[in-house]
Amino acid sequence: MTESDLQTHATEIHEQFSDQLDISVDEVQDRLETLVNEYKVPTSEARRSVVNTYLDEAGMERDDLGGGGGGNDRVEVSDIDSPEEWIDLTAKVVDLWEANSDAVAQVGLLGDETGTVKFTKWSKSDLPALEEGEVYDLRNVVTDEYQGRFSVKLNRTTTIEQLDEEMEVGEDDVEIEGALVDIQSDSGLIKRCPEEDCTRVLQNGRCSEHGEVEGEFDLRIKAVIDDGNDVHEVIFDRDLTEELTGITLDEAQEMAMDALDTSVVADEMHEQILGRYYRITGPTYGRYVLADEVSRLQGEVDPDAVLIKARSI
Amino acid sequence: MSSVPTREVARRVFAREFNDATYTFKESDDDRAPVYALLPTGQRANRIFIVGTLTETQDVGEDSEYWQGRIVGPNGGTFFTYAGQYQPDAASMLRELEPPAYVAVVGKPRTYETDDGEVNVSVRPESITEVDESTRDRWVIETAERTIDRIKHYQEAEADEYVEMAREEYDLPVENYKRAAIEALESLEAESEATAD
Repeated sequence: MTESDLQTHATEIHEQFSDQLDISVDEVQDRLETLVNEYKVPTSEARRSVVNTYLDEAGMERDDLGGGGGGNDRVEVSDIDSPEEWIDLTAKVVDLWEANSDAVAQVGLLGDETGTVKFTKWSKSDLPALEEGEVYDLRNVVTDEYQGRFSVKLNRTTTIEQLDEEMEVGEDDVEIEGALVDIQSDSGLIKRCPEEDCTRVLQNGRCSEHGEVEGEFDLRIKAVIDDGNDVHEVIFDRDLTEELTGITLDEAQEMAMDALDTSVVADEMHEQILGRYYRITGPTYGRYVLADEVSRLQGEVDPDAVLIKARSI
Repeated sequence: MSSVPTREVARRVFAREFNDATYTFKESDDDRAPVYALLPTGQRANRIFIVGTLTETQDVGEDSEYWQGRIVGPNGGTFFTYAGQYQPDAASMLRELEPPAYVAVVGKPRTYETDDGEVNVSVRPESITEVDESTRDRWVIETAERTIDRIKHYQEAEADEYVEMAREEYDLPVENYKRAAIEALESLEAESEATAD
């Protein structure tokens, strides 16, 4: 924790009380420094203590400050709808991904009852490691936006407190639109492991957990939707696969039986859906969007809006 | 722990710009590192998605089948695509399709130098499917918009590395690609007016 970080906290606390108390940022910072540097109190605790002191002096209740005393709005994940907002958040670490840059210490997905949001924690912020499945109180995180999707950044002023509680993470639907540019392997007519609570897809008749088993037929498609800027991997379950391709599970089994080969089903599906445009909504799970709804984008299109844009440059 | 998807995006580009993308590069020394074609509007492309009219197919192979397809856009630009034994699905599509037909192609940019030193750019298909006119029209609008966005970005004072690279490698006015986009859009307008009449 450096001096400038304490200064940030001091400035924020000062702002909270500037209407009620005649104090300076330096005074606040002195108090914080004493607690943090001399008494080795964690920054979050120091801040809490200093805020309490001023609350007493001002005769205020913690609730009067709003935002639980952090100075920020305490928000739920689904409320995040603009970039560069400073917020406080209680959330569970749903998923940790591999950081693909040295500047990033951790990256992954946070979630609460209302949905999930991507987070990034910078290496230089020097914050404790978050663990998957744990719930944290996060103060002073900043929202960000990239191509319409929001994320939060944990920075050096962020305080992290692990909470001893459980949290159900809500599904939050994303809507994506684009061309279906690829169908991945293990799509079409597949076999799943029949063991209880195991639905793994069999590879050459084998389940990676239960070995050789008599599989049960199912339909699914793992596809790539690409809008020219971004790619999304989407999984369609049996119902949506039937809706999308017009091929039912029974028909698929018949096709496979006639050809003595299950791959004919995927081949037929390629012809039906590759290269077309779709709109898909559904929750995200790790890197996948689990499609709940799909509609083909077709019919009249209007070039006028883009023409105006083109002529204006 | 799952990893962030690293699949390359399929860029949207009209033939006139694509065929000018003669400069290719890699971003690492790894043999398997992706090869990018540099679009003259300043974006790298390792994959493209195109929709157009397949007007002609021809087996140009000598020892084994090697299919050439011509795919024409509404502004007259033509993509050339080649599929041989290593692209069996795409090759059989080109063998079987009867031009004219609307096709969607996902593929990789490839360049080759002719005997007289000219660089030709073509598409090595990952997939070819027959689609309908509405898919083509949607692609035209989307591609026009992406092209316009790239041109805007190109003209901004603060350019990224690929814009810098394009300025350095090409001596091509990006105005040409704006014109290609406008012509393509106008052809759709003309079409819908014709149907209305």
